[in-house]
Amino acid sequence: MKIELTRQKVHNEFTKKVELISGQNLFACYQCGNCTAGCPVSFAMDVGPHEVIRYTLLGLEEEALGVNTFWLCASCLQCTSRCPKGIDIARVMDALRMVVLRKKERRDHIQIPEFPEGFLERLPQIAFISGFRKFLS
Amino acid sequence: MEVNKSHNGFIKKAMVIGGGIAGISASIDLGNAGYEVVLVEKLPSIGGRMLQLSETFPTLDCAQCTLTPKTVETGQHPKIKLLTYSEIEYVEGKAGDFTVKIRRKAAYVDWEKCTGCGLCQQKCPSKNPSEFERGVGLGKAIYTLSPQAVPNKPVINPNHCRYFLEGKCKVCEKICPVKAIDYEQQDRFVEERVGAIITAVGFDLIPKESFGEYGYGGIPDVIDGLAFERLNSASGPTTGEIRRPSDGKIPREVVFIQCTGSRDPERYMPYCSRVCCMYTGKHARLYKHKVHDGQAYIFYMDIRSTGKGYEEFIQQGMEEEGILYLRGRVSRIFRDGDKILVWGVDTLTGKKVEISADMVVLATAIVPHKETKDLATKLGIKTDEYGFLTEAQRKLKPVETEIEGIYIAGCAQGPKDIADAVAHANAAASKVQGLFSRH
Amino acid sequence: MDYLYFPGCTLYTKAKNFDQTARNCSRLLGFELKEMKNWTCCGAAFPLATDNLMALLPPSRILATAREEGTVLTTLCAVCFNVIKRTNRLIQEDGEKRDKINNFIEKNYQGDLQVLHYLEILKKEIGFYQLKEKVRKPLEGLKAAAYYGCMLLRPFEEMRFDDKENPKLFEEFLEALGTQAVEFPYKIECCGSFQSVGSPDVATECAYKILGSAIKNGAEAMVSTCPMCTFNIDHKQADIKQKYLDFKPIPVFYFTQLLGMAMGLDPQALGFDQNAVDPMPLLKEKGFL
Repeated sequence: MKIELTRQKVHNEFTKKVELISGQNLFACYQCGNCTAGCPVSFAMDVGPHEVIRYTLLGLEEEALGVNTFWLCASCLQCTSRCPKGIDIARVMDALRMVVLRKKERRDHIQIPEFPEGFLERLPQIAFISGFRKFLS
Repeated sequence: MEVNKSHNGFIKKAMVIGGGIAGISASIDLGNAGYEVVLVEKLPSIGGRMLQLSETFPTLDCAQCTLTPKTVETGQHPKIKLLTYSEIEYVEGKAGDFTVKIRRKAAYVDWEKCTGCGLCQQKCPSKNPSEFERGVGLGKAIYTLSPQAVPNKPVINPNHCRYFLEGKCKVCEKICPVKAIDYEQQDRFVEERVGAIITAVGFDLIPKESFGEYGYGGIPDVIDGLAFERLNSASGPTTGEIRRPSDGKIPREVVFIQCTGSRDPERYMPYCSRVCCMYTGKHARLYKHKVHDGQAYIFYMDIRSTGKGYEEFIQQGMEEEGILYLRGRVSRIFRDGDKILVWGVDTLTGKKVEISADMVVLATAIVPHKETKDLATKLGIKTDEYGFLTEAQRKLKPVETEIEGIYIAGCAQGPKDIADAVAHANAAASKVQGLFSRH
Repeated sequence: MDYLYFPGCTLYTKAKNFDQTARNCSRLLGFELKEMKNWTCCGAAFPLATDNLMALLPPSRILATAREEGTVLTTLCAVCFNVIKRTNRLIQEDGEKRDKINNFIEKNYQGDLQVLHYLEILKKEIGFYQLKEKVRKPLEGLKAAAYYGCMLLRPFEEMRFDDKENPKLFEEFLEALGTQAVEFPYKIECCGSFQSVGSPDVATECAYKILGSAIKNGAEAMVSTCPMCTFNIDHKQADIKQKYLDFKPIPVFYFTQLLGMAMGLDPQALGFDQNAVDPMPLLKEKGFL
């Protein structure tokens, strides 16, 4: 509930990493919420993309990485195409995924052995190839 | 001087009360239109609040560089008569024939003799917190408001002068090469007859001492917006370096609090002060220009940036200068060693925010001068519940009053930025010209 | 004129009907889809992380290899189109990354290949008016919803396919075939894409909303340009039916299947058996069979 802000914390290593991977300036975000408003999967998200951006900007790594928001992003780019500040939000979501997947624990978001029988066989190749890229370390 | 009068005795000469940017603009307009103008200013020199500012939004132009040509033009204008260090005693009459009695306060300096050499100010041994420097800098007992003061004549503040307080010193008298110091000088009264009056007496800020939750003004590094202007000004007490008042250290974490006393109907002022969003954004940007590794935080409720180029200015501050905007009010600030603890909130995340700051800048609400009400009574015009001068009609008569021949301009009517104050003054001047040309 | 063609993995497996109908239609339209040599998987997702060039190598290699055979590369799958076109643009515009990629794949590709979607060829090279002239069995009376999805359209600055909020190209195509194109607000919304792997229920919900919107606006069938979309809006209709009992499935066609039918190809050759929701009853009802 409480954040202690310092100049080291604002733009800390986590924030910088997300900015580096995504190539986006999070300070440009003025929290209009357009991204969340148009997101086709925001109905299933813990918090909207704009909130995750806020957490990230404030250096709140646990809060930012502890929600399902970026895992649910389907990279459809609706947010990106309508962001009034030109932030490629989908890249930010992907960067958050990368931050998790690149950690040395290599904790994958999906567990292939746990897939139901025949699940993968049903899927088109592009679905599981892109899915593996987004969800596996 | 031959006063321009019509055949029925209507005096085509105007008085402008207040020598800030609004009063100056109106005076120049009227002077250029060929009318005599008497410009009455309470302080020793003209320029008003703008004289205190460092840079102005949204262009970040140096305030003094924009203002000085205007004050000089006013001072040298053949149609404008300056009565500085003067206050209105009473007003009688009606449009076309007002008689105004003016108190010319004792400067203790014979301005006829004074050449403005500045030696007295250099040698004066008395240094006191100066109102002009908003408490963050010291001023001499004999002073002008700025090196480019118009008129460039000093006055002695008897409350600070060693001679007046202790009966000895007289350094200024000894040093003055033209014997202009006159400790015996008394207030004088003069009368002017004019056909119209523009009231442009400007604004004040709620004193930071009003805010108990922000330390009742008792924390030296909690300052107001005008104090920050002085800190940032090249002619200010730190020659433009951002150093906090308590120990002169460069602050690395600076918190700016918008809406301090504004939009607070329960405790302070219900209205929006209109300029704080912009000048706070400007302060944070100027701070970042000077302290690159510092962090500026701005607590805001909304960001109101409706002028030309204003929104772009704010967004640049966020995006390019990394100013962290936090949406929420600050509930309390208090001392914590040599730090100032700020308890705020970021309603965008719903989290309480705590910042251990080196300096806090309060964007305190714009209020009328407490003397404005008195002046309005003397003029027979109305003020609103806060003491701002009331215009004849909210929308269609923004510079007229209910009294013919009396007009209002600038922040005396309500909070305005410089551009709006100037436009308001231009409008008032054009109303006076219309009045004069009808007679 | 022949067009160099990149089919992609899915068109060789789960979406053979898409691939075959496109090839057959091309012949009737007077051109050949010439499959490029040595193609590989494009990666199936344009990498959004800017600090990792590895994911750009497959599409870069495809582009460089294709350039050895021609100057235009055609795709059918909207995902592949998106990945390859975006990569191509990145190679054109970012000299530093271009050099690194070329160095790694041991090629010298400068981005001078034109990447086209099959629909763009129909529009720009053939022309929808001319296409209409070549239609032998107009699909009159079929209310079809053109579902664009995301990959053809976004990011607009890079894809330049059509207007990003209200594209019309696909509808114009369907009207050239004689159908009545149904306008529906979800035509540019996301099908859930690869969330069919990560969060299948979420993808199902996305598909349900899209189908519902089209049906509400009078659609009798959906038309797709993408095997990923087709999976989500066609194959997942069984899942939708389980969750929403009153949901009435509607067929989902690849646009080339409808093209083939209108061009007079034998319905047996249009691969309808690979469609999840059987389109035969609708086609019979409309008198197309």
